[in-house]
Amino acid sequence: MDRNLNHRNRRRMLKALHFTGLFLTMAVICIPGLWIVLNSFRPTVEIMAKPPVWTPSFTLEHYRAMFGGAGEGGVPVFQYFRNSLIVSVTSTLIAILIGMAGGYAFARYRFKGKSGYFVGLMLFRAVPGVALSLPLFIVFARVGIIDTHFGLILAYVAMNVPFTIWLTDGFFRQIPKELHEAAEIDGCTRWQAFWRVEFPVARSGVASAAIFAFLTSWNEFALASQLTRSVGSKTMPVGLLDFTAEFTINWGGMCALAVLMIVPALILTFIVQKHLIAGLTFGGVKG
Amino acid sequence: MRPKRLPEWFVLLLPAFIVMAAVVLIPLLFSLYSSFTPYKLTRPSTLWRWVGTYNYEKILSDWKFWSAFGRTVLFLTIVLNLELLLGLGIALMMNKVTWGQRTLRTVLMFPMMFSPILVGFQFKFIFNDNIGLVNNALQSLGISDAALPWLVDGKLAMFSIIFAEIWMSTSVFAILILAGLFAMPRDPLEAAKVDGCTAWQTFRHITLPFLMPFIYIAMTIRSLDVARAYDIVQIMTGGGPARRTELLWTLMSRTGYVDARMGLANAMGYVSILLSIVFTIYFFRKLSAARAELGMAG
Repeated sequence: MDRNLNHRNRRRMLKALHFTGLFLTMAVICIPGLWIVLNSFRPTVEIMAKPPVWTPSFTLEHYRAMFGGAGEGGVPVFQYFRNSLIVSVTSTLIAILIGMAGGYAFARYRFKGKSGYFVGLMLFRAVPGVALSLPLFIVFARVGIIDTHFGLILAYVAMNVPFTIWLTDGFFRQIPKELHEAAEIDGCTRWQAFWRVEFPVARSGVASAAIFAFLTSWNEFALASQLTRSVGSKTMPVGLLDFTAEFTINWGGMCALAVLMIVPALILTFIVQKHLIAGLTFGGVKG
Repeated sequence: MRPKRLPEWFVLLLPAFIVMAAVVLIPLLFSLYSSFTPYKLTRPSTLWRWVGTYNYEKILSDWKFWSAFGRTVLFLTIVLNLELLLGLGIALMMNKVTWGQRTLRTVLMFPMMFSPILVGFQFKFIFNDNIGLVNNALQSLGISDAALPWLVDGKLAMFSIIFAEIWMSTSVFAILILAGLFAMPRDPLEAAKVDGCTAWQTFRHITLPFLMPFIYIAMTIRSLDVARAYDIVQIMTGGGPARRTELLWTLMSRTGYVDARMGLANAMGYVSILLSIVFTIYFFRKLSAARAELGMAG
């Protein structure tokens, strides 16, 4: 059966191609990051070595220094970490709530000037952190919320609301209107219909919006560097700069802090991941 | 008499409007005003001198601004298109994976977990001409014997920045498109199979149109984010060498903070926001059209 054999060979080749493609992509994605992780465990002499040292030695020197006292190159890691966590988690939750309400409004209601509002909202994200930071600094200083968690949270909520709205709007539109109409006929109020029927279906969209919002605020630098002054509110990206002097960069220390920065993001993403797949179970519903 | 009730959509949108007005609109109006003054950070009193459109006229005849503008548009076009193609490819590949997909998806989002400022430092290190990973690898493999000045040569520096930007954000496209693939109804796909469509035909006429809204949303978000790419560029090259990688926002922050000419910088900001407006409206039109085709408009 020549034709059968050909067919099987072709399938096998496609499979191999798929595997190779996936492997290469993952390699490109992982190597730069792994390089950082690796460097955080290597002595500085080895990081800066030329020619490179390929057999790595292992040291916790950078971590010890980072957690150490101020004199030994230590930085207030725990405070930075705490600030980052408080600011990112709170602002993500608020942004998701506000964004979901907005997204639902855009997806389900008809009103005048709708596309105008929709585009207008996104334009706010067009304003770059650099351009916004100074006027924001002046306004925040007047109100007296410079160098506070509240100020940063407010700024990040504003930053994340527009695309949360765009994303959730997109996912709510995927859900047929008949679904909540049916729920309302069955005696649910609109509010109940939303939480019991539409929200679970749109969960994958909300989850992806949450991941984006969290990562954006966790990693934001331009605004944070302007709006924070002291250890009381500085976040981790700003803390990275503690490792740079005017002409030199403490690569090892920076890598160690970077690893510390990535771990929570990694854990959170992994947990929220499973909701991304939620849409799958409703694949049978006609769009 | 009972007061008239606000419409539901308005109540739902109100929190968003309030936050945006408080955080973005007020500072924006302030910077709009200051773009008509010769505002200098070092001399606050200059804020009250009105110079009309002087700053804007100055910008329009400034080749440094226009070359940064052109470079930003070029950068945007290259980055967006490559990210879309790569992201689409990755999403399609991921969609086929049946085993360990959850882990793979987390790995896929690995670059997004890096702060842009960290990505900047990371690639500054990787592309370092002396001790960087790339040069070391190239030399060890015998591909090149001299150290390539990745961040010092104009063209290579632009390439390095584009590489860093794409590395960081292709996953945004991949994840959104993947989410779209998950949300896709199965019936049309099965119908196409029954009708004997080839894989390419199914992709071209069923999968792709369904994904278009997701693609345009990703495009809009990314076009705005790339147009304000600042952290990476600032850290990797600082706009150098000799302004070869100067993008709008590095130019702006240099004018505003280093030269302390805030008024001029804000005027530049407004001219370049126009660029974002054009992009956003363009993608929104496309989005609406794609939705109308799927019967999801309104």
